Amino acid sequence: MLEIVNLACSRGDRHLFTGLNFSLDTGSLLYVQGRNGSGKTTLLRTICGLFLQDEGDIRWNGENVRELSEEFTKEVVYLGHLNGIKSDLTGLENLQVSTVLDGDEVSEEQIWDALKRMGLAGFEDLPTKVLSQGQKRRVALARLLLNDSKLWILDEPFTALDVAAVDLLQSVIAEHVENGGMVILTTHQEVALTSGQIQQLQLGA
Amino acid sequence: MFKTFRCILMRDLTLAMRRRTDVLTTLFFFIIVVSLFPLGVGTEKETLRHIAPGVVWVAALLASMLALERLFASDYLDGTLEQMLLTPQPLSVLVLGKIVAHWLLTGLPLVLIAPLVGLQYHLSGESIGVMMLALLIGTPVLSLIGAIGAALTLGLRGGGVLLSLLILPLYIPVLVYGSGAVAASAVTGSDLQAYFSLLIAFFLLALVFSPWATAAALRISVE
Repeated sequence: MLEIVNLACSRGDRHLFTGLNFSLDTGSLLYVQGRNGSGKTTLLRTICGLFLQDEGDIRWNGENVRELSEEFTKEVVYLGHLNGIKSDLTGLENLQVSTVLDGDEVSEEQIWDALKRMGLAGFEDLPTKVLSQGQKRRVALARLLLNDSKLWILDEPFTALDVAAVDLLQSVIAEHVENGGMVILTTHQEVALTSGQIQQLQLGA
Repeated sequence: MFKTFRCILMRDLTLAMRRRTDVLTTLFFFIIVVSLFPLGVGTEKETLRHIAPGVVWVAALLASMLALERLFASDYLDGTLEQMLLTPQPLSVLVLGKIVAHWLLTGLPLVLIAPLVGLQYHLSGESIGVMMLALLIGTPVLSLIGAIGAALTLGLRGGGVLLSLLILPLYIPVLVYGSGAVAASAVTGSDLQAYFSLLIAFFLLALVFSPWATAAALRISVE
């Protein structure tokens, strides 16, 4: 379980939010909403540890995530605005590197399958710089299929994706929630979930 | 942990092989800087032999400086660096992998080209050997120390200039003892052990502290 207790963040002199409290149980999804500049990305980056909060605690199963450090990062996948893939490497190589770094034992076959499921059959062996924006996003999203982390933190995961890919990603997210995972995401699209709990968080209201 | 180290090392080497110009620019920069001196100060044998150790080391310093900016910059821009910060692997191991790859691509070529440069400066065979050995121990120190500066100046505007101001002073000990060893080798009967002991000491010190300090600096820079 993820708990956010009395969290406050600021950028420069600007306070983004103060006294933020919420908790997220297994098998639930949290939408973070808010206008541009309300601190959605900062909140997401703070939770996964890329940004330091001014005040407050982030707890994972009751323990502070800063103290858990590597035990917690093992449980988290973060996908930000940047895809985090190297343009000179192929989709396959990119995923090979990221799975080793994530500490997951994944066979090459599983990576081929994941890329195929993301609709990249035939593009696995091309350097990602020749792929379109949406295809690059798909390579980045294929990481989700190869990961056994509990908590997915997705910052605008649907950008640059076509309708088919949006549907696919929605079903991947729904599947993860059904299997007892947790998802935090910012988006302007509603994800149709058949089961599990949906929470909403409004920032900057 | 070794698997992670190897994975990052191979990744960076593969990337460099697909973008060979980046590697070659450092090497050619070194060769050109070294070759400019005979044109400027004249080709008299004694003068050249006298200035060779200093020239070679200063050129090596500048060449490794030039390559440093690229150490983390591209990973920072495409988001792979923040993904590295979020892996359950110790960041200092990842950083060490990157530094080793960087040295193999920018430091090692300088060591290998050194004999050619030595001939250009009329150095004796023995001096060339000493110069190669000193560069072999010294250039990893340059990569290790430089990584801290590269991490600190990541994402700053005009970071390149700031990087040189931060890092070049820290290179002085390596410069003094590295070129000292080469100069001393020209005098018959001189003892070189002290120079090499000191260079190895710098290397070990940098090897222990640099990955750790670089990792800390990266966490600050990415925020």
